[in-house]
Amino acid sequence: MRRHPNLGPPLLVAENLVKSFGPTPALDGASLQVYAGEVLALMGPSGSGKSTLLHCLAGIVTPDSGTVSYDGRDMAAMSDAQRSALRRTEFGFVFQFGQLVPELTCLENVVLPLRLAGVRRREAARRAAGLLERLEVADVADKRPGQASGGQGQRVAVARALVTRPRVIFADEPTGALDSLNGERVMHLFIAAARETGAAVVLVTHEARIAAYSDREAVIRDGRVREQEYAR
Amino acid sequence: MPCIVAGMSVGFALLGLLESGPCHGYDLKRSYDEQFGHGRALHYGQVYATLARLLKNGLVEVESEPGEGPDRKRYAITEAGVTDVDRWLTRPEKPEPYLQSTLYTKVVLALLTGRDAADLLDTQRGEHLRLMRELTQRKSEGDLADQLICDHALFHLEADLRWLELTAARLEQLRDRVRRNT
Repeated sequence: MRRHPNLGPPLLVAENLVKSFGPTPALDGASLQVYAGEVLALMGPSGSGKSTLLHCLAGIVTPDSGTVSYDGRDMAAMSDAQRSALRRTEFGFVFQFGQLVPELTCLENVVLPLRLAGVRRREAARRAAGLLERLEVADVADKRPGQASGGQGQRVAVARALVTRPRVIFADEPTGALDSLNGERVMHLFIAAARETGAAVVLVTHEARIAAYSDREAVIRDGRVREQEYAR
Repeated sequence: MPCIVAGMSVGFALLGLLESGPCHGYDLKRSYDEQFGHGRALHYGQVYATLARLLKNGLVEVESEPGEGPDRKRYAITEAGVTDVDRWLTRPEKPEPYLQSTLYTKVVLALLTGRDAADLLDTQRGEHLRLMRELTQRKSEGDLADQLICDHALFHLEADLRWLELTAARLEQLRDRVRRNT
């Protein structure tokens, strides 16, 4: 097992999460720790609760019981506005489909989170263009997402998630709609983000080849987590 | 269809079957054929040769009954035999293609003997992913030839892993089927 690059205190801690949608619990006592600088794969069969866990960690879904703390702060104790601000400035999100605004160009999509964070227009455009260049999708900067290929669109989505330099990147099946080669490219981008900026990457995937890029995995089964520990 | 239990596993399979109680060689062969034969029965010669080896290694013992011939012997598993089965079931196999025969035997034996088959599959899954991580790392450091060779291995391991996951999802069904056969 790979040794964790930084065995400091965990950045995100979920303890004993329970969450039900209807009679069956999606999470049934799930606990997990996420460290800065690591790529963590959440795996498990369909319906095991892995996406629900990701949403609870990101403060999108509130658990019925149990706690999630980010950087030592209990997320339940934050106001909605504080949680939104956290998601905007400290977290980045990548999903399988449909995350880019179709009416905006690819460049404008990447500019958007910076503008929401209060960055001036010109500076935001400069940073967004630089990132698209680095991710080798500068040629679609002025195109709309619908005019880019699936692989290009997903790299633009990754650029949008990375552009604010988030401390945690949440990715839900980010390579699910891509072929193997484009899937690999996306994973290299996540690994680079973790290694270069110290971001934690929490990745939900059902593909073992994608999970093999992670530093460790947590398997979710019946709403509980079996977490792989780091070699110390 | 080829016999699904690879050579080395026959001994463990017989030992595992003996955990439910002492047995004559003939009955043991019949149980084995029902669980693992799949249209290709084990030869008597192989049964008795394997039992002789297990006896020599102290993994089974013989309870003799009056009379003549091999079928007067009842074989019972020893404590060392149980430990051996335990060790075999909990130790993940080295991931390699065409491993399913051994893994299938392990899963069925775990279900038959009341051990935790889900845990066995999880441990194996971890071992597969560990090797996949190693190959992914090697791929990122290697040239194109290394990448292609590692990719070939990765795709095969991924297929194995999908089989492990599917089997984990069908454990209850398999438990019912295995119990019907006993």
